[in-house]
Amino acid sequence: MSQLRMGKVVLRSLFRKPATLMYPQVPRIWQERTRGHIEINEADCILCGMCQRKCPSDAIIVDRKERTWTIHRMGCIQCKSCVDVCPKKCLFMKQEYTTPDVIKITDIHHIPEQEKPAAKEA
Amino acid sequence: MGKRTVIPFGPQHPVLPEPIHLDLVLEDEIVVEAIPSIGFIHRGLEKLVEKKEFTEMVYIIERICGICSFGHGWGYVSSVEGLMGIQVPDRAEYLRTIWHEMGRIQSHLLWLGLLADAFGFESLFMHMWRLRETVLDLFEKTTGGRIIFSVCKVGGVRRDMDKETLQSLVKALKKMKVELEDLTDVFLEDDSVKNRTVGVGILTKEDAMECCAVGPMAKASGIAHDTRLTGHGKYMELGFQPVIETAGDSYARTVVRIREVYQSIDLIEKAVEMIPDGPIDIPVKGTPPKGEFLMRIEQPRGEAIYYAKGNGTKFLDRMRVRTPTFSNVPALTKMLQGCGFADVPILVLTIDPCISCTER
Repeated sequence: MSQLRMGKVVLRSLFRKPATLMYPQVPRIWQERTRGHIEINEADCILCGMCQRKCPSDAIIVDRKERTWTIHRMGCIQCKSCVDVCPKKCLFMKQEYTTPDVIKITDIHHIPEQEKPAAKEA
Repeated sequence: MGKRTVIPFGPQHPVLPEPIHLDLVLEDEIVVEAIPSIGFIHRGLEKLVEKKEFTEMVYIIERICGICSFGHGWGYVSSVEGLMGIQVPDRAEYLRTIWHEMGRIQSHLLWLGLLADAFGFESLFMHMWRLRETVLDLFEKTTGGRIIFSVCKVGGVRRDMDKETLQSLVKALKKMKVELEDLTDVFLEDDSVKNRTVGVGILTKEDAMECCAVGPMAKASGIAHDTRLTGHGKYMELGFQPVIETAGDSYARTVVRIREVYQSIDLIEKAVEMIPDGPIDIPVKGTPPKGEFLMRIEQPRGEAIYYAKGNGTKFLDRMRVRTPTFSNVPALTKMLQGCGFADVPILVLTIDPCISCTER
C-alpha cells in the first residue's frame, strides 16, 4: 500500500505540464524586485565615485581622468548598494540576468561631459 | 575479529554536495571508527571584516552559505546591532522572522531531496526540489534574490512587504503544504524508505549531550535545545515551541525536519497576522564602539554563533561565526561507530552537512 503514496504523486505529474522551463529558449518571468544586473544612465553620472566606494566586491571602477565607469560583471554580486547610494540616481537594476559566457566580461561606459548647470545662469 | 581496513570517503563523493573527508576504519563491513578532516574550501571570509565597512560586510557574510544565507545575514546584523545598542523596529523583526522561516522551509526541503537522492529515490528527490522552487520564487518576489537576498541591513531590513504580498505568500505556502503532505507521507510511511532510516545511526541523548549536537540532530535525540527560545526575532510572541523526537535515529531526524517545515509554515501564517505597521529600519549613526557581542541564531541546521568585536572604527576587529555543522561533526563520528558501510552516505547526510558554512 505504501508504494501507492508515491504513485499518486507520479501519476498526477504525468498529466501536468513540466515544472521546468527550456531556459534560455523560453524566457522566464522576472519578478518586479528581481536583481538581475546593474545598468547606468551615462548622461546623469557625475563620476562622484560613491558606487565604487560602497561596492563590497570592488567590481566598480570610476575613472575621473578618462571619464569612464567600469563594471566587472563577474565580480558584481547584485547587492544593489551602489543603486541605493547613487546621489544622481543614474544607476538602476535591470531584472534580466546577464547571459552566461566563457570569458570574464568587463563593461566600460564613457561618461559624456556634463553641461554647465542652468542654475548658474539664473 | 575481522581484518581492519581504512577506506577514504570523500572529499569527492556522489552523495556529498560539499567536500568533507572521512577515513573510515572498517572491520568487515562494520565501521569501527571514523576520522573526519575538513578544510577543503576555506575562503577566509571572516578576515575580510577588517577590510570591509561593517555595513558592507552583510553582503559578504550572507555568502558564507547559499542555503542558510538569510540566517547568516541576520546573525551578523544582530551582533552588530547588539554591539551598537540599536533597537530594531518591530516590523523589521517580524519581516526577518518570516524570511528566516522561509529559509528554513527551503533548506529542509533541499535536505529531504538530498536524502531521497542518497538512498536512490530519484523521483522523490525531484519532487521535493520542485516544491522548494515555490519558496525560492517567493523569495525572489519579496527580496529580489532567489538564494542570496541582500535584504538585511544594520538597523532593519531593506525591503518591505505590503499586505497583498504577505497574504499571497501565505496562500502560496498553504498550497505547497497540500502537495508536501503527499510527499512527506512517503518519507514517513513508505517501507523502502523506512528500511533505510529506522534504527540506523542511533545517537542517544547522552551521546548527543556529550558531543554537543545542535539543531535537528539534538532535537531528534530528545534535547529541547533551540535558540529560537532565547528571544531572538519574534519567536516568543509567536508562541514557538521546539519539535522534539526521542528515538535518535535517522528516521527521527527526518521526522524532526518534516515537522519543522510544517511548523515554519504555521509560524509564518501567525507572523503575517500579527505583523504591526511601522518603519522597517532606523538610521544608523556612528560606528561600532569598542566592545564585544555574541549572538545566537537558530539556523535550519542548528545553533549558529556570531561573535563581533568592535574597535571604534567602521571596520570590526573580529567577526567569528561558529556554524552548526562544525558542532555536529563529533556527533557524526559517534554515530558512525558500529554502522554498516552502506549506511555511511545516509548518516553523513542526516547531519545536513554544510561544509561551506563550516570553513567559511
